[in-house]
Amino acid sequence: MEAETQKVKSFISKYNKEKRALISILQDIQAEYNYLPQEALRLVSESLGIPLIDIVGVVTFYRAFSLEPRGKHIVTVCLGTACHVRGGPKILEEFERRLNIEAGGTTEDGEFSLETVACLGCCAIGPVVVVDSDYYAQTTIRKVNSILKKYSKKEN
Amino acid sequence: MKNTIKINSIKELTKAIGDQIQKRKSEKKSVLTVSAGTCGQARGSLGVIKALKKEIKKENLGDKVKVKISGCHGFCEAEPNIIIHPQDIFYQKVQPQDAEDITSQTILNDKIIDRLLFSDPVSGRAVQNEKKIPFYKKQKRIILGDNALIDPTDINDYFSIGGYNSLIKILSKMTPEDVIETVIKSGLRGRGGAGFPTGKKWEFTRKAKGGIKYIICNADEGDPGAYMDRSLLEGNPHRVLEGMLIGAYAIGAEEGYIYVRDEYPLAVEHISLAISQAEKLGLLGKKILGTNFNFQIHINKGAGAFVCGEETALIASIEGKMGEPRQRPPFPALKGLWRKPTNINNVETWGNIPLIIENGADWFAKIGTKGSKGTKIFSLVGKINNTGLVEVPMGLTLREIIFDVGGGIPEDKEFKAVQTGGPSGGCIPKELLDLPIDFESLTEAGSIMGSGGMIVMDENTCMVDVAKYFLNFLRDESCGKCLSCREGTQRMWEIVTDISEGKGSKGEIEFLTDLAESVKDSSLCGLGQTAANPVLSTIRYFRDEYEAHVKEKKCPAGVCKELIQYLIIEENCTGCLACLKVCPQEAISGELKKVHVLDQSKCIKCGACYEACNFDAIKIE
Amino acid sequence: MINLKINNLDVKAEEGWTILETAKFYGLEIPTLCYNEGLSPYGGCRLCLVEKGEGPNAKLVSSCTYPAEEGLIVHTDTERVVKTRRMMIELMLSLAPNSKVIQDLASKFGVKQVRFKIRNEECILCGLCVRMCKEQMDGRAIGFQNRGYKRKISTPFDIRSEECRLCGGCIYICPACQLRCQGPQADTAVCNACLTMDPTCLDHYDELQCWMYDAGRCGTCIRETPKKKSDSKKQASKSKPKEKHA
Repeated sequence: MEAETQKVKSFISKYNKEKRALISILQDIQAEYNYLPQEALRLVSESLGIPLIDIVGVVTFYRAFSLEPRGKHIVTVCLGTACHVRGGPKILEEFERRLNIEAGGTTEDGEFSLETVACLGCCAIGPVVVVDSDYYAQTTIRKVNSILKKYSKKEN
Repeated sequence: MKNTIKINSIKELTKAIGDQIQKRKSEKKSVLTVSAGTCGQARGSLGVIKALKKEIKKENLGDKVKVKISGCHGFCEAEPNIIIHPQDIFYQKVQPQDAEDITSQTILNDKIIDRLLFSDPVSGRAVQNEKKIPFYKKQKRIILGDNALIDPTDINDYFSIGGYNSLIKILSKMTPEDVIETVIKSGLRGRGGAGFPTGKKWEFTRKAKGGIKYIICNADEGDPGAYMDRSLLEGNPHRVLEGMLIGAYAIGAEEGYIYVRDEYPLAVEHISLAISQAEKLGLLGKKILGTNFNFQIHINKGAGAFVCGEETALIASIEGKMGEPRQRPPFPALKGLWRKPTNINNVETWGNIPLIIENGADWFAKIGTKGSKGTKIFSLVGKINNTGLVEVPMGLTLREIIFDVGGGIPEDKEFKAVQTGGPSGGCIPKELLDLPIDFESLTEAGSIMGSGGMIVMDENTCMVDVAKYFLNFLRDESCGKCLSCREGTQRMWEIVTDISEGKGSKGEIEFLTDLAESVKDSSLCGLGQTAANPVLSTIRYFRDEYEAHVKEKKCPAGVCKELIQYLIIEENCTGCLACLKVCPQEAISGELKKVHVLDQSKCIKCGACYEACNFDAIKIE
Repeated sequence: MINLKINNLDVKAEEGWTILETAKFYGLEIPTLCYNEGLSPYGGCRLCLVEKGEGPNAKLVSSCTYPAEEGLIVHTDTERVVKTRRMMIELMLSLAPNSKVIQDLASKFGVKQVRFKIRNEECILCGLCVRMCKEQMDGRAIGFQNRGYKRKISTPFDIRSEECRLCGGCIYICPACQLRCQGPQADTAVCNACLTMDPTCLDHYDELQCWMYDAGRCGTCIRETPKKKSDSKKQASKSKPKEKHA
C-alpha cells in the first residue's frame, strides 16, 4: 500500500497541507479511486490534523463523495424539475428495473452504479441521463436498454 | 491563444483591445458560429464542427470562411444552431451531414437552405434572420447576446467585443467610491434570489473594519431548472472575471473565490482557462496594469449540496466544513469568509457590472420597472415550445414570456401554472398571467424571483405531485441542523405523499398549512424559511386539486400512481403489439391485429405502454 | 452596555451577550433544550425562538444564538411564538415520546396531541452529546453525519472509536436519555401527568443501555464490529425493563 499512501500524500501536499483545502483534497482522492477508502481518510486526518469524525461528517454531508466503491460506469438520471415534468422518474424506474438495483446502489458485478442528480442544467434537452461523461438527450423508456447495452458491449 | 505577452500598462491594454476590435471589424471571411455549450455538445455540435472543418478543407474554402466555437446561444430548442456572420443567417438543429450543403450552397452560392431555417409555429413561415425570430424579438440580450459572438476559450475574442474596457475605465478614471456610487445609482439588485441592492452590499463591505476582505462569486446554481449561470460561465467567462475585478477594486479585496457546482464540468473548464489566460496577460495577479491594484481568483468546486448556494453555507464549504448555514447577524459583509468582511454575489449579478460601468448607471436604470432595474435571464423550460434561456427587461408580463417568447404550450395543451424561484418559490396560475415580472410582484403572488428558473406546467401536471417533488428535494438537501426544517420538510413530505396516494384524511390540508407556516417561521436559513412556499402556493391556487385527492381519492391530472389506471381504448387499438412488447410486467396480452387487454392487477403504472402507443389507444384515468 | 427591550421591559446587556443570556440575567424565562451554559450555543432545537422586531418585518429568531443589539425589540411569548413552539414540541414528541424532558415541555406548553406518525427514534439530534464530547471532554469520538432527513450522530464508520474514553458524558447530557418516562402508551404518545422515576438507564434496565445504540446511532460503549445495513433499518425496540413496580 506504499504506492497508494504516497499518492494520497501527494494530493495533500498539492494544497500545502492546508486544513481549508479538505474538500478539494477529498475530491482528488475520490476522482482517483472512484470512492474514498477509509485508510485514505485516516491519512488525511493525521496529515492535516483534523479529527477523523469531522472528516467523516464532511464526507457524508456532500453527495459527491462515496464511502463505498462505485461501479465502473456511473449512470446518473437527472431528476430536476424540468426533467421531472417531462417524465424523469419513469426513466429512473426503468433503469432500476433493468439493473435490478435501487437508485444510490451498485450492481453486484460492480459494473454500474445508479445515481440521481437534482439538476444538470440541461433542462432544454430533458429528460437527461449521463453515463460517465456521455450526455443523453430526450431519453425515453425505450432508449434505456440501448443506452445500457452500449456500456456492456464495451467490455466484450 | 497566440498572444501571451504580458500587458504592463493601461495604454498597452487599450491598444490590445483596439487591435482586436479592428480585427473583428475588418474580418473578410464568413464566420460560422456554432453553439457548443453543454447542451449543444450533448446534441452533437462537436460533430458538426468537425464536419464543417472537414468540408472547408476539402473544398479549399479556408480563405472565405472559418468556423468559430461559441457557448450557449440561449435558444436551446434549436440546438445545435449556427449563426452565419455577416449574412446574419440562423440555421437550427444542424447535423454533421448538413455541413456539405452549408459550405457548397450558402457559403459558395449565397443560397439559403430552407430546411435548416427556424419555422415560426404561429405563422408557419420560415425565418432567416436571427433577430426576426419570435423567440428573440421581445428579448433584450445585453448579457447573453455576446455568447453568440465569441469563442469563450480565447481572451482575444473577448477583447474584440470591447471586453476589459470597463477595467480600464475604473483604473484610470474612477475611485472605488465612484464605482460603488455608480452601482447604487443603477439600481442593480442581486440576481441570485434575494434581490438585495448590490451597491449597498458593496458599500457595507467596503466600510467594514479590517484590512483583509474577500469577494465571492456564487456559481452554485442549485435550483433545478435554472442554468443561466452555467451558460454565462461556459459562454463568456471573462465577463464574470471583469465584473469581479471591478468589484474587488471597489470593495478593497485582493482575493476572490468562484464557487462552482461540481455538476458543471464544462463551466469549470472554461472559467479555469479564462483565469489562467488573464493571469498570463497580467490582468489578474499583482500590480495589475502597473497600478497598485492586486487581485487573484481561486476556484472552489462544490460537492453536491444545494444548501451551499446559501451565503453562509457556501462560506462554510470554502472553509472545508459541512455546508451548515449559520445565524445572521453577523452578516457576511461584516464577518464572512474566515470571519473577514466578504461580499458574495451571483454570477449574473457580476455579469451585469462591466456593462453598468461602461454604459453608465442611467442607461441601466432606464431598463426595467421602478423597483427592479435592468434585465433578468430566465430559463424557460418544462412544457413549453421554445425552451431556452430568455433575457428580458424586468416588467415584461408572464404571458408575454410564455406565449410570445416561449411560443406557448406544445401539443396545444392548456397552460396550468408556471413555477418560479426553484424549490424556494411557488406556482403561479393562469389568472395571474398578466403579472409584470419583478421582485415585488412575484413575492406578493406567493412565489419569488429566485435565480430565474421558470418551469411551465400544463393540464397533465398534478400540483400535489409538484409539491411532493419539491418537498422530497428539500428534505434531502436540508442540512439537518434545525429541527423545524429537517423534521418539518420530512413530515410535510409524508403528509403530501399520503394525500397523493389517496390516504389523506379530513383536516389534513389545514394541518399541512399550519405545519408549513411553522416551518417558514422557525427555520434558521433561507432554505427552511422558503421550504413551505411550494406547499403554500399550490394549496392557495389549486386547493381543489388537493381536495379531489383527499375527498374523492382522484388525481384530476392523471399523474399520482395510486389513483390512476391505464386503460386500453378498444376503438383505437390496432393490435400492433407495441405496448405488449414494452410492458415490463407482461400485463398486456393480445395477438397481432386483435384488440389488446391490460391486466390491472399486474400493472405497475410505469407508463411504457402509453409512450409506445402510436394510435392514442391508451388513456390514463 | 447594550440597550434593548424584552417584553416591553428595558434591559441592558453586556457586549457579546445573546438575547437568551440577557433574558436569563433578568429572570425572564425562555424554554430551551439544546442549550447548555457550559457548551457553545447551537440553535438547532428551535425551542428558544423569540419574536424580534415589530410589525410586518418581525421575525422569529433563536435567542440562544442571536446577539443582543442596540435598540432590539424582543417578545418571548407572542401568539406566533407560542404556536411555533408547540409545533416544535409536537415534532420532538413524535421522535422521542419516552423522554421525560420533552413530555414535561409538552405539559407545560399545552401540547395535547401528536398528529405525526410516531418514529420512536429517541434522538432529536440536538447535538448536546457532540458538543459535550468535543468541547468539555475533548474526545472527538462522535459527530453529525449525513444531512437532511438522513442526518444522524455516530462514530466514524459506525464502529468503536479509538478516541472514545468511555467517559459517559454523552449519556449524562442527553435529554432523551436523562429521564425516562414510563407513563405514555403507544397510542396516545402524550402523557400529561408523568410518574417520577430514577434518572439513569442503569438503574432501570438489565444492561447498560444508551438509547442511541438501538437506534443505530452510536455504538461506542457496546459494539466492536460495524453494524450490518439491515440492522439499522430495524425499528428502535426497547430492551426488557426490569420488573417494574408501578
